Amino acid sequence: MADTAVSTNVSSTASLRDGPRGPKPRRTFSRRNILLYGTLFVIAVYYAIPLYVMIVTSLKGMPEVRMGNIFSPPLEITFAPWVKAWSQACTGLTCKGLSIGFWNSVRITVPSVIISTIIASVNGYALANWRFKGANVFFTILIFGSFIPYQVLLYPVVILLREIGLYGKLAGLVIVHTIFGMPILTLLFRNYFSSLPEELFKAARVDGAGFWGIFLRVMLPMSIPIFAVAIILQVTGIWNDFLFGVVYTGPESYPMTVALNNIVNSTQGVVEYNVNMAATIITGLVPLTIYFVSGKLFVRGIAAGAVKG
Amino acid sequence: MKRPNQLFRNLSAKIAAIPMIVTGLFVFVGGTVWTVVYSFTKSGLLPRLKWVGLDQYERLWSTKRWLVSIENLAIYGISMLVLVFVIGFILATLIDQKVRFENAFRTIILYPFALSFVVTGLVWQWILNPEFGIQSIVRDLGWKSFTFDPLYTPEIAIYGVLIAGLWQGSGLVMVLMLAGLRGIDQDIWKAARVDGIPAWKTYLFIVIPMMRPVFITTLVLVVSGIVKLYDLIVAQTGGGPGIATEVPAKYVYDMMFAASNLGQGFAASTMMLVTVALIVIPWAMLEFGGKKNG
Amino acid sequence: MNYAVEIKDLDLYFGNVKVLQQLNLDIYKGEFLVLLGSSGCGKSTLLNCIAGLLEVTDGQIFIGGNNVTWAQPSERGIGMVFQSYALYPQMTVEGNLSFGLRNARMPRDEISKRVSRAAGILQIEPLLKRKPAALSGGQRQRVAIGRALVRDVDVFLFDEPLSNLDAKLRADLRVEIKKLHEQLDNTMIYVTHDQIEAMTLADRIAIMKEGKIMQLASPNEIYNRPRNLYVADFIGSPSMNFLHGEIKDGNFLLDGITIPLKGYEFAADSSQGGKAILGLRPEHILTGDNLASATVRTTVTVELVEPMGSDTLIYSTLAGTFIHVRMDGQARVSPGDKVEIGFQPERASLFDPETEDRL
Repeated sequence: MADTAVSTNVSSTASLRDGPRGPKPRRTFSRRNILLYGTLFVIAVYYAIPLYVMIVTSLKGMPEVRMGNIFSPPLEITFAPWVKAWSQACTGLTCKGLSIGFWNSVRITVPSVIISTIIASVNGYALANWRFKGANVFFTILIFGSFIPYQVLLYPVVILLREIGLYGKLAGLVIVHTIFGMPILTLLFRNYFSSLPEELFKAARVDGAGFWGIFLRVMLPMSIPIFAVAIILQVTGIWNDFLFGVVYTGPESYPMTVALNNIVNSTQGVVEYNVNMAATIITGLVPLTIYFVSGKLFVRGIAAGAVKG
Repeated sequence: MKRPNQLFRNLSAKIAAIPMIVTGLFVFVGGTVWTVVYSFTKSGLLPRLKWVGLDQYERLWSTKRWLVSIENLAIYGISMLVLVFVIGFILATLIDQKVRFENAFRTIILYPFALSFVVTGLVWQWILNPEFGIQSIVRDLGWKSFTFDPLYTPEIAIYGVLIAGLWQGSGLVMVLMLAGLRGIDQDIWKAARVDGIPAWKTYLFIVIPMMRPVFITTLVLVVSGIVKLYDLIVAQTGGGPGIATEVPAKYVYDMMFAASNLGQGFAASTMMLVTVALIVIPWAMLEFGGKKNG
Repeated sequence: MNYAVEIKDLDLYFGNVKVLQQLNLDIYKGEFLVLLGSSGCGKSTLLNCIAGLLEVTDGQIFIGGNNVTWAQPSERGIGMVFQSYALYPQMTVEGNLSFGLRNARMPRDEISKRVSRAAGILQIEPLLKRKPAALSGGQRQRVAIGRALVRDVDVFLFDEPLSNLDAKLRADLRVEIKKLHEQLDNTMIYVTHDQIEAMTLADRIAIMKEGKIMQLASPNEIYNRPRNLYVADFIGSPSMNFLHGEIKDGNFLLDGITIPLKGYEFAADSSQGGKAILGLRPEHILTGDNLASATVRTTVTVELVEPMGSDTLIYSTLAGTFIHVRMDGQARVSPGDKVEIGFQPERASLFDPETEDRL
């Protein structure tokens, strides 16, 4: 029988015949590859140039800035613009540099992020796992809150802050960021908690754990990544905010972005481009660091925050 | 055993959620209603409940600056939408070709998204600076008559902002599209290869139609971002030259906090709300209306 | 040329991982060949290599006598059916069937002829205008088969086509695929991890493990004469009992029991003796009325009973090894009972504990 003949002969080497064998030969520099990597390279350069220009300009002295072009590397590296941007640059009346704005931003960002993350995680958990009456209303408000143009709410919130005596103060801005960051964060947490297996939650309930017990002992330990995502999202968002900063704080409590804009766009007399670029890069440093360090989590954050299903 | 009262079921969940519901209702819903209501009043420096009907809206739509703002937003919005989709999708497909150094490319393309609009605006203000930026460089290379000065040419100033906006936002679209492309069943690609369908046709006729949900989500995100356009304008052009790059969000801010003309601010922001609502509500119905929320 | 598909010295590496190694396989024209193995054994990888969806690291592939090692999937004369159906969701059934053909610029009447023939064979005519989302799982898989059918090719590749269906539907479609094969008479290569599918469908089964073919033979041969311990253990449910003992003077010595091996066909000359493993299928252990034909008998104590309707499975210990025995469904036994069992050595399998090969 042919079957058995072949079956006893499985591992023996059949002789190769003429013609193609192995992988199809392919030149490393095929037209497709040149086109593909060439395009990607050009694109990468386009995206990278502004960062490069910022850095290069901030390291030049003013005479060199005036002489050379914006792309040429500095002949003489100087950190003076950075020092000036940090501690001496003028914002209209005062000349204390960005440092004040930096510390304001820190004082705004840290509490806002902590408070909003805690509240949003609890709310997201309540929405995802505890079907309570009114959950749909809540959900609708969240969707509404994450898309509404903030301009509509600017003035009502001014009145609100004035009433509680926090208008123009850092604490007021913290409250604003906490409230406005809530919808998107709650949705983020809701989606995450909904994606966890429901059996886990049910098992915990059968074991007699209550609302807080399940949250603290079952859900939290599993949620480190989503907390990281939320914190990244919030830190970048709040640090980069301009509108709320300019509306709800005064000159002493301006966050960094507002201070930066004032330094660059309201300088009287000679424009110091190198100082401006140093200030710009210093302001971008915090979110950029977070971005480069967190990498994949950042990407996951925007993908998760965006696809609210 | 007595059946527990409905009201106390999941009590902890309700207690946990109530502060947020109250705040949400009070701030988001209450604030919106308040603004809309006061847009029908003659509020100036301070809000006053003196009804003037649609006067504020009539004034708004006969103000040149508002009309320019709307026109700018339309130009910026449509160009941004089209370009950011095309660029984002092309970038995503390029990266999807199993390229080496995928992470490096993605990191470079996405980093602008981590930067604030203020930073973005200032950098591009510097790059587009006619004395030192691109124009001067090309002229130094020998092309003496080269002119590329969008930020000081009123007719094209908004396109200068567009360049910066695209630089900042296209990475986000790329990431979303890439996630969409990666979400497509690999067997579909295999089936298409067995069927002998070339890659570009597979993208065009099979993959793109399959990515409709991703496109819609991205559209909603991009559009609601466009309507809020403010920081970038303030940082890059300050609305200038003249009123060449004014946008609605800036109009609202200036009316409320600089021109002491609250009524105009309320009317203008209500118009912004209507615009966003027209886009978001159908989407939300589509996305969340069909299935049960939970 | 007698072969539809020939695979010569095929290697496939993913980086340093050797997924397929020096694999040779010849498939006859009109044959139904099943690639069977647990997940990660390389069976789907092999199928993808045949389809041209994966580029081989070394070796050659011939389809219909042509060397297709470098050919595009669409040029190889194959049709393929996927586990996830992979239907184009935004096209109608008709669109799905005709998209490849339209793309190849085939004349319209030829396309509609082929589509209606395929639809006729698969009985999906009423569904032609529907979209995949409006079809049940079974209907979708039919459309997926139809997409391979319209290509009018000699070799069909199935990549676990029934794994996404529920048990009942799976059994129905299995029969239909078998009918289809008889009707069309073309070569089918079918990947599955389900041994029942393999046994019922295949002309020959290739059992794979770690990128190698452990045995290539007819279902009957594989069931009755497994070439090694792995195949013996893999095929059959519940699986074969393995008893460790020793061969001496033509007898198998098992913890005091002497089993004469008269009638057992040795695969090679291994009569010199030594340690060996005796493999006995649960259904080949005889009880009750069937004991008459058994040449070896012993008595065991029942430890656990699993009535399954058509038959009853009992668990016991023989020579220190846990064994299961399949009894008649009507047998009344309970734990603690003594049961006499017996078997015929010619139906057993012997393996070398060192090489794990059949003796």
